[in-house]
Order: sequence, then C-alpha cells, then structure tokens
Amino acid sequence: MTAHVHNTLRRITPQLIILAAVLMLNFMVFPDFFRIEFQNGRLFGNLIDVLNRGAPTALLCIGMTLVIATRGIDLSVGAVMAIAGAVAASLAVDGHGWQVALTGALAVGAICGLWNGVLVAVLRIQPIVATLVLMVAGRGIAQLVTEGTILTFLDPGLIHLGAGTILGIPTPILIWIALGLAVTAAVRKTALGMLIEAIGINESSSRLAGINSRVLIISVYLISGVCAALAGVIVAADIKGADANNAGLWLELDAILAVVIGGNSLLGGRFSIIASLLGALIIQSVNSVILLSGMPPEFNLVIKALIIIAILVIQSPTVKHALYILRASAEPQPAEPIKEAKESPQ
Amino acid sequence: MIRSTHLPLLITIATFLLAFTLCASQYPAMLSTRVVANLLTDNAFLGIAAVGMTFVILSGGIDLSVGSVIAFTGVFLAVILRDTSIHPLVAFVLVLAITISFGAAMGAMIHYLEMPPFIVTLAGMFLARGAAYVLSTDSVPITHEFYDTLQSLYWKAPGGGRFRLTGIIMLLTFLAGIIVAHRTRFGQNVYALGGGLSTARLMGVPLARTTIGIYATSGGLAGLAGIIFSLYTSAGYSLATVGVELDAIAAVVIGGTLLTGGTGFVAGTFFGILIMGLIQTFIVFDGTLSSWWTKIVIGGLLFGFILLQKGLTWATTLRRKPATEFAAQS
Repeated sequence: MTAHVHNTLRRITPQLIILAAVLMLNFMVFPDFFRIEFQNGRLFGNLIDVLNRGAPTALLCIGMTLVIATRGIDLSVGAVMAIAGAVAASLAVDGHGWQVALTGALAVGAICGLWNGVLVAVLRIQPIVATLVLMVAGRGIAQLVTEGTILTFLDPGLIHLGAGTILGIPTPILIWIALGLAVTAAVRKTALGMLIEAIGINESSSRLAGINSRVLIISVYLISGVCAALAGVIVAADIKGADANNAGLWLELDAILAVVIGGNSLLGGRFSIIASLLGALIIQSVNSVILLSGMPPEFNLVIKALIIIAILVIQSPTVKHALYILRASAEPQPAEPIKEAKESPQ
Repeated sequence: MIRSTHLPLLITIATFLLAFTLCASQYPAMLSTRVVANLLTDNAFLGIAAVGMTFVILSGGIDLSVGSVIAFTGVFLAVILRDTSIHPLVAFVLVLAITISFGAAMGAMIHYLEMPPFIVTLAGMFLARGAAYVLSTDSVPITHEFYDTLQSLYWKAPGGGRFRLTGIIMLLTFLAGIIVAHRTRFGQNVYALGGGLSTARLMGVPLARTTIGIYATSGGLAGLAGIIFSLYTSAGYSLATVGVELDAIAAVVIGGTLLTGGTGFVAGTFFGILIMGLIQTFIVFDGTLSSWWTKIVIGGLLFGFILLQKGLTWATTLRRKPATEFAAQS
C-alpha cells in the first residue's frame, strides 16, 4: 500500500513542482493569493477561484485521460458541452425540475459519447476524424436546440450546480473532485485501468489476450461524453443560460493540454488521472497569474503559449532523454544497472 | 481502369456536380457566372490555407495554427500600413517571411523534440492569436491606394460575374500545389512521410528538411491566405477567422485525403472547398434555412466521406484477404 502511494507520488512529482512554481508566481505578483476567507456562508479566495474556474477543464480531462490512454482523442467535448448546456436549459425553460434537466443533459452527453465510441470501435475510424464530425456538427445541433438564441433560465436547483455552495464550498469544486476520485477508484481498484492501458499500448495484442477492447473503447468515449455534459451543465448554470456558440469553445484543446501537461503520452498507454487534474489546475493557475499580474489582457494568450511551450519542451522525449543521459553519465558506472532496475517497475 | 486510390477524388467531384445540379434545378439563377465567381472569391483565403493543410495532412500531421496565422497576418498588415509608410508589397514580403519562419519553427519543434504535431501547432495557435491581440485588439481598417488597385482588378465574364484577383490567386495556388505534390522530389517525400516515418527514413527521405519544409509551406500559405483575407475585408481584426483550421481540415477530408496521411490529392481539396462554399450559397439562396444548418450539413458530409473511405479500404483489403486469412485468424 505504501509502495503504491509512493509510486503515485513519484509519478506526479513533476506536475506538483510545476504547480507549486506557478502558484509561487501567483504569490509573487499578488501577496494575498493564499488567503482564504469565510464570508456569507462560503469560502472566498484566489485559491478557491482557481479550483472553481478550473472545474470545466478538470471535468473534461477526467474523460479525456481515459480516451487518450486508449490511444484515442476526443475533439468533440467542447461541442458536447454546448449541446448538454442547451438541452439542460431548454428542459429547465419548459418547466422541468433540475433533476430532469441534469439527467437529460447527461443522457445526451452519453449518446454523443456512444456515437463517438461506435465510430472509433466498431467502424474503426481514426479517433481524431471520428470526433471531428461531432466537433463540427455539434455546435450546429446546439443552436438547433436553442433556436439560435441564448436560452436563459431561472431554476434555482440548476443554477445551484454552477454557482451554489455546499457547506461553504462551491459546488463545481465538489463535483470535479468527487468524479475524479470515483473514476480513479474505478480504474485503479479494479483491473479496468490496466485493461485500458493494454489497449493503448497495443490493441491487437490486448484483443488476443482476451480483452473486450470494443466495449472498453466505447465505454471510454461514453465516460468522456458524460464528463463533457456535466461540464456543459456547470458552465450553463454558472451564467444562468446556454450559449450554443461560446460554451466550451476551445475547451477541448485546454483539456488535451491538461492531459499532456499531466505527463500522459498522446500515444496511449500508462495514464494518471490525478496528474491530468493537476495539469488542469496548472493551466488555470497560469490564467490566474496573468490576470492577477495586472498585465494588459492582450498579452494573455502570448504568455500562456510561451509557458505551455516551456512546459512541453521540458517534457518532450528528446529533452527527457538528454537529461537521462546527463544524469547517467554524471553518476559512477556501477550505479547504472541498479538504477535501471529501479526504473522499470515504475 | 479507375484505380481505387482515385475513387475518393472522383466521388468528391461527382458529389460536387450532383449538388450543383440539384441546387441549380431548384434555383436556376445559380447557374450564372456571378455565383461561380463569388464562390471563388468568397472562399479564396480558405482555399489557399487548405492547400497548405493538404500537404500537412498528406504527411500524417496536422496544423491547428492556420486560422490564428491568418488573423495575425491581417492585423500585422493593417497596423504596419497604418503606422509606417512602407509599400504594401514590402509588407507582404515581410509578413510572408514571418509566417514561413513561424511554420518552420513549429516543424523544427515537431521533428527535433519529437513532439506530436497536434500539441505543437496548438501552442502555435495560441501564440499567433496572442501576437495578433498584442498588435491590436480593435478592427483596424486598411486604406491604401494600392489595396484599392488590387481590389479593382477583375475579369468581367459574360453574365456579370467578376473573377477577382483573389480567386485567380487561389486557382494558381492550387495549380502550384498539384505540381509540387506530384511532380517534385519534395512532394514525393511528403507522401513517403505520410506512408510511415520509419519506412520514409529507410528510403532515405531527409526527414528534418521535409518536416520543416511542410510546416513552413503551411505557414507561408496561411500568410498568403491572410493577405487575401485582408484584401477581401479591407481590415485586420485579431478575432477574425476563428476556427478556419477546422474548415480547412474538413475541406481536405471531404476532398478525399486520408487523415492518416499518405493518400490524397490537392485537387480533391479544391472540390472540397467548392462543396462547402456551395452549401453556404444554397443557404443564402434559400433564405429560410438558418446558418447553423451549414455546420450540421458539413458534419454530415464529413461523416459520409469518412464512411466512404472506410468502405473503400475495407473493400480493397477484403480482396487481398485470402492470402492473409490464416494470419488474420490466428
């Protein structure tokens, strides 16, 4: 058990270091960054804001991590968010309760995920193309649901999902942490995670080993669709309306970035949901640093791009390999085989 | 005999002709040279960007930075023409140099750092869009007599259609793209790279030079598309052409190029662009359909063409199956 915790810690160390560095940067430009207050029955503070604003990306990257672990990619999550938000809003406008609206949105997300999954697993279409279809058509479908307007709603239950608090903690934070823990437990306490990794490493051999890769791949896309739908509902509830054009716009790219910053390979295989979630927090902290530093907002994207490029370069295989060789050559010769033996079970 | 590799291209052309006939039978006015000329003018920038995207996709990569580079080019031209007195032609050369080196830098990162094109060009997309914001967040008008001269250049066809310079540049770009893809060493290298990285290396394809060349081409063509777009709108706006990379990718796929790389034609992309333009023209002619149907129909078309390609690959492998049946079963 302790070995397991130790391994996990070791896996997420780079992400923790980067996150700590970005948070320190936040602290440097805004000394009050770490102060958290309890006012009007809810927690306030910049740290809480990072956790709260990062909720949609965090939710998306839970599903995205699993999809990428099977050597796939899901480009449609942003569009699915828009569809789910639109469905939830239109159900709420029609006078249904928040339970019906949420269930409807999640069901639609599941259907979208099922569509992607069937295209990838049954029709054997490349994931990037298969999900591109829904990415292009999805916003059109969402506009079809909202009839081209921004649907606003006043249902307090639904709004609570995005803007409310439970025990003083904003609901979105609780939702993404709970879902992250649940999915992590589901894949790590059972063999599911290992099976998913097997598919990502070599699908044909995993099939030969008796893994039902078709069902697993479909369910992975289904989970991604449901996560996206949940994120869509939260975003819609936050602004009390469904904006088919802008809800979740380019969030699929943020989610993929979060997964990559989390050290997961786009070529599938070994994955860590916790590291991806840390990646999502890193992206949100970068956004917060730019906001808090008071720099002109025009510079936001440039700085974000440069920080991301820096993180990617540090994590690129070539640089990692160069670092490994440097380290290996710096150490005395006999130590090398032992080091390698330690490295392999990781 | 028709080769199976040509089939997607032929089906794309057939789809276009069929769609055009259907549209024309419903609205006879669509047959006029005006509609055809506008089809070329309105899609000129997208077409030029799609030529670059075709090369990238043929090599098995992807370039997400296209839309941002187009916006950056527009803003750069507008700002430099407003603040300095240099001639637009000099500004064109300058901006093309910037976008080509931008593309080359992305290609170098992809090759030397072994990072996936998806992520590198994603960062490039943020960077180019951010650079456009830094230059100006407002829509900057371009008022230069040289622009007026360029915009007034057209050939008036019988029937009132105006074939503008921008449309002609797009046609020339496609022609050049076809020649480069099929008649030069570089083109062959691109196809080889798309066929498989290790096989290309074993064949002696210069990987570094080709990869950098491909992304430099895409960057340069996105820059050219940006110049055309600024001629089209007479302004530079940092929020313009968001998502154009997706339209370009869709046009390439509808044009019959496989996203896995190695198979496809630049000419197919041309008809992909025309089909997408035709959908929009039809919606304008119809007048009652909402604009979001464009997205849904393009998504549906994408799906149809992907299924078609899948069916073709399946059919061609099925024919070869008897020889490998045992291997497939075991």
